[in-house]
Amino acid sequence: MEPFRPTRGGGVRAALAPAEASLLRSLVGQVLTLIAPDGPPVAHVQPDGVSAWDALDALDAQLTAPQTPEDPVLARLLPDGYRDDPDAANEFRKYTESGLRGAKQQAAQEMLDTLPEAGGRIQLTNDQAHAWLKALNDVRLALGVRLGVTEEFEEQWNRLAADDPQWAAYEVYAWLGAVQESLVQALA
Amino acid sequence: MSVAPAEVDLPRSADRPVSDKPWVTIVWNDPVNLMTYVTYVFQHVFGYPKKKATRLMLDVHHKGKAVVAAGAREAMEHNVEVLHGYGLWATVQHDS
Repeated sequence: MEPFRPTRGGGVRAALAPAEASLLRSLVGQVLTLIAPDGPPVAHVQPDGVSAWDALDALDAQLTAPQTPEDPVLARLLPDGYRDDPDAANEFRKYTESGLRGAKQQAAQEMLDTLPEAGGRIQLTNDQAHAWLKALNDVRLALGVRLGVTEEFEEQWNRLAADDPQWAAYEVYAWLGAVQESLVQALA
Repeated sequence: MSVAPAEVDLPRSADRPVSDKPWVTIVWNDPVNLMTYVTYVFQHVFGYPKKKATRLMLDVHHKGKAVVAAGAREAMEHNVEVLHGYGLWATVQHDS
């Protein structure tokens, strides 16, 4: 990879090998799938004595009251907005989670749209570079949580045996950090 | 890692009582986000100069968290939403 560099027009440029582009596309695609909203809830038969308004309210609550995700990766990508206050956290999530999912999907999609499958030169506007920043960071967060990365990442990696099945994922995680770092430096 | 709140100089005009700004945006330390990235996000989202953004980032890193903004509850919730978009671990808190 040729690291990101600022361009005169205010954007950034870089170059990626075909294997690097393919790896990035695959990882961003996985995050995209992960944060896609769940399908619509199953409609229940309206019981007797319940008004249409009650049924609508119940459906509304079902549609708009997501909980903290159980999957630790999703919980990190879509974190609580309040700590030690579950009611406020739920209320915040109710009004923001779908927008946050949408924003993350949009960033991931924009990265895919500006990342040629065959790699090669990449030229990004400032806005596109911000989409890359966010999407790349979501990939790093997802992988970091799956690997159980701590601030002693280097030590964790060094302790792995060469034939450890996670070794390759650690290498990818480290490389993603370098890509992100070069993008930040180019924008700063 | 300490959980003591970071000391930052919150912008408070002299004629405005402290209770007018009872809400804060807190960013928590996490092992994934790069230090340079967090600094950049603070500069970009809040318009902070690099020196202030770096100091806040170091507070997050060393103290475990930092208050990065204070003001009305709605504004703090908006901050948190934007910061979540960048993958930072942020929460709203009542600064009691």
